[in-house]
Amino acid sequence: MIAQHLPALPILLYLFLALLMPLAGKIARGLPATLAWLGSTVVACLGGYGLWLTATQGPIHYEMGNWAPPIGIELIADPLSCFFTFAIGAVSAFVLLHSRESVERDVGGRSIMPYYASALLLLAGFSGIVGTGDLFNLYVFLEISALAGYAVLGCGSPKAALSSFRYLIIGTIGASFYLLGIGLLLANTGSLNMGDVAEILRVTGLDSSTVLAVVFILVGLGIKMALLPLHYWLPDVYTNAPATSTALVAPLGTKVAAYALLRLGYEVLPYEALAVDLRVFDVVLALGAVGIIWGSVMAIAQDNLKRMLAYSSVAQIGYIAVGFGLATPYGYIGAVLHVINHAVMKACLFLVTANLERQGHGISIKGLNASLRRKMPVTCACFALASISMIGLPPAAGFFSKWYLLLGSYEQGSWAIIVVIVISSLLNAVYFFRVLEKMYLGKDDESETASESSRLPIVMSVSTLALALSLLVLGFGNVVIVSKFISPMLPGF
Amino acid sequence: MTVFFGDYSAYLMCFLLLTVGLYGMLLKRNYVKKVIGMTVFQAAIILFFILLAYKEGGTVPVKDPTISLEQADAYMNPLPHALMLTAIVVGVATVGVALSLLIRVYGGYGSLDEEKIQQEASK
Repeated sequence: MIAQHLPALPILLYLFLALLMPLAGKIARGLPATLAWLGSTVVACLGGYGLWLTATQGPIHYEMGNWAPPIGIELIADPLSCFFTFAIGAVSAFVLLHSRESVERDVGGRSIMPYYASALLLLAGFSGIVGTGDLFNLYVFLEISALAGYAVLGCGSPKAALSSFRYLIIGTIGASFYLLGIGLLLANTGSLNMGDVAEILRVTGLDSSTVLAVVFILVGLGIKMALLPLHYWLPDVYTNAPATSTALVAPLGTKVAAYALLRLGYEVLPYEALAVDLRVFDVVLALGAVGIIWGSVMAIAQDNLKRMLAYSSVAQIGYIAVGFGLATPYGYIGAVLHVINHAVMKACLFLVTANLERQGHGISIKGLNASLRRKMPVTCACFALASISMIGLPPAAGFFSKWYLLLGSYEQGSWAIIVVIVISSLLNAVYFFRVLEKMYLGKDDESETASESSRLPIVMSVSTLALALSLLVLGFGNVVIVSKFISPMLPGF
Repeated sequence: MTVFFGDYSAYLMCFLLLTVGLYGMLLKRNYVKKVIGMTVFQAAIILFFILLAYKEGGTVPVKDPTISLEQADAYMNPLPHALMLTAIVVGVATVGVALSLLIRVYGGYGSLDEEKIQQEASK
C-alpha cells in the first residue's frame, strides 16, 4: 500500500499536518512543534524506503486522481526524487527538533502555531517540487514553497520583513520567468508532462521559440537557486531571518531549485541540443566556477557569522552548478552528493549560530572568544566538524563530493575547474579557520563561568550534534551511497 | 512588416506589458509601486497564456451541440485557461504576502520609500 502511494505521501502528509496546526495549537502549546517534527521524521523514513525500493525495482509512477499522464498530473518517485525527499525529511526533522525554543524567542508567543503551519507548507512545497512529473505542477509547488518561505523568513524583526520583501520581488520574477518558459514549451509541444515533453523535443529538437523557453526556464531557476549573478537576494535574507527559518530554508530551499535544474536539464530538455547548440552546460559551469570563488572571497570579508555562512552558501551552490555543468557521470554524482552534504553541514552551522544566539553570545566573529569552548563544548565541536567538512578535509562528507567533482573535471579535461575547486577549498579554510582560531586557540580568561541555569537545552545540543555526526556517517558511507543509490539514478550521458 | 504586426500585435503588446511590469518591480523606489509592477508583470504572463489558447474563429471551450466533437479546431484550447486559474490564485497569494510584509516594514520604519528606509536602517 505504502509503495503504491509513495510519490504522493510526503506532500499530502505535510499539507495535512499544516492544516492540523490550528487544532494542535488549541490542544497544547507544544504540540505544533512535536507534530511538525514527527511529520518530518516520517517523511525521512518514506524517502529512505522509497530510495531502497526504487533503486531495486525502478521508478513508481502515480496518477493523481486516476487521470492518465499526458492529460492528468503525474507524480514520480525515482531514485533522484526519493534521495531529495530523504534529504528534506531528515534535515528538517533535526532543525524542527531544535526549533522549539528559538521559535518562541524569535517570533513570539502567539505566532508559534502559524509559524509551524508555514514551515510545514514550505516543506510540502519542497517535497512537491521533487515529486512532481508535470512542468506546471512544478511551478505551483515552487510558488507554494516560495510563499511559505517569504512568510517564514519575514517574521521576527522589521529588518527580516524588509529583506524578505526584497526576496519576494526577486523570487516572483524568477518564478514568473519559469512560467513564461513553460508557456513557450506548451505552445510548442502541446504538453506539460515531463516525459511527454522530453519525447516530443527529442524528435523536433530546438527551434527559436524553444531556445527562448530554455533561456527563460534557466534564468528563472537560476534566480531560485541563487546562481552567481542572480544571488543578490540571498545574503540579506539569510542574515536577517530568525535562526530556525534560516536553518530550514538555507540547506533546502536553493537545493530543490538545483534539483529542478538537474531534472529539466538532463531529462526533459533535449540534452544534445543543450550541450552542443546552446552550450548551456558550459555557461552554468562558468557561472558556478565564478560563484565558487566570488562567494568564498565575499565570505572572508564578513564579520557577521550568519552573513559569512550565507556567502559560503553562494559558493556551495557554485559546486552544485559545476557538477551540473560538467555533464559527466562523476560530475553528476558530485552534484547530487554535494546537495545532501551541504544540506547537512549548512543546517548544522546555522544551528550552531542559533545556539550562540540563544546563549546571548552574538554572532560577530570579532566578538567570539575562547571561553566559548568551555561554556559550549558541544556547539564548538559541531562547528569544528562542520567547518572541516565545508573545507573538504577527509573523512568528513564534504571531501568526497569535492573529490567526485575533481574526478569529473579531470574526465572532462577542464583543468581550470580543478584549480578553482582547490583554490576555493583554501579560501574556505581561511574563513573557517579564522573562526576556529578564535574558538580554540585564543586566550581564555576563565573569569566567567557558565551558570547551571543558562545551559543549552539538551535537545538543542543533541540535534546539532546529530547533524554534525551524520557528516561523518555520510563521509564514511559515501561508497555505499554512491554505488547503491546515486549510480542507479544517472541519466544517460 | 505590417503582416508581422498584424499577426503578432497581441504578443507584442503582451511583452510590452511584461517590460512595464519588470520596470516597475526593479526600478521604482516605492515599495507599493513595486507590488503594482508585480501584478502587472503577472497579468502579462496570464495574458500570454490566454493568447496561446486563442484560435481564429474558435468558440469558447464548452461543448456546443451544433459543432461535433471531431472538429476540435472549432474550439479554443481550454488548457491554458485552466492553468491560468491556478496562476491567478498564486498571484493573488503573492500580493497578499507582499502587502502583509509591507505592513511589518511600515510598522518598523515608518515609511515605504526605499531611500528613507535605507536611511532609517543605517542609523
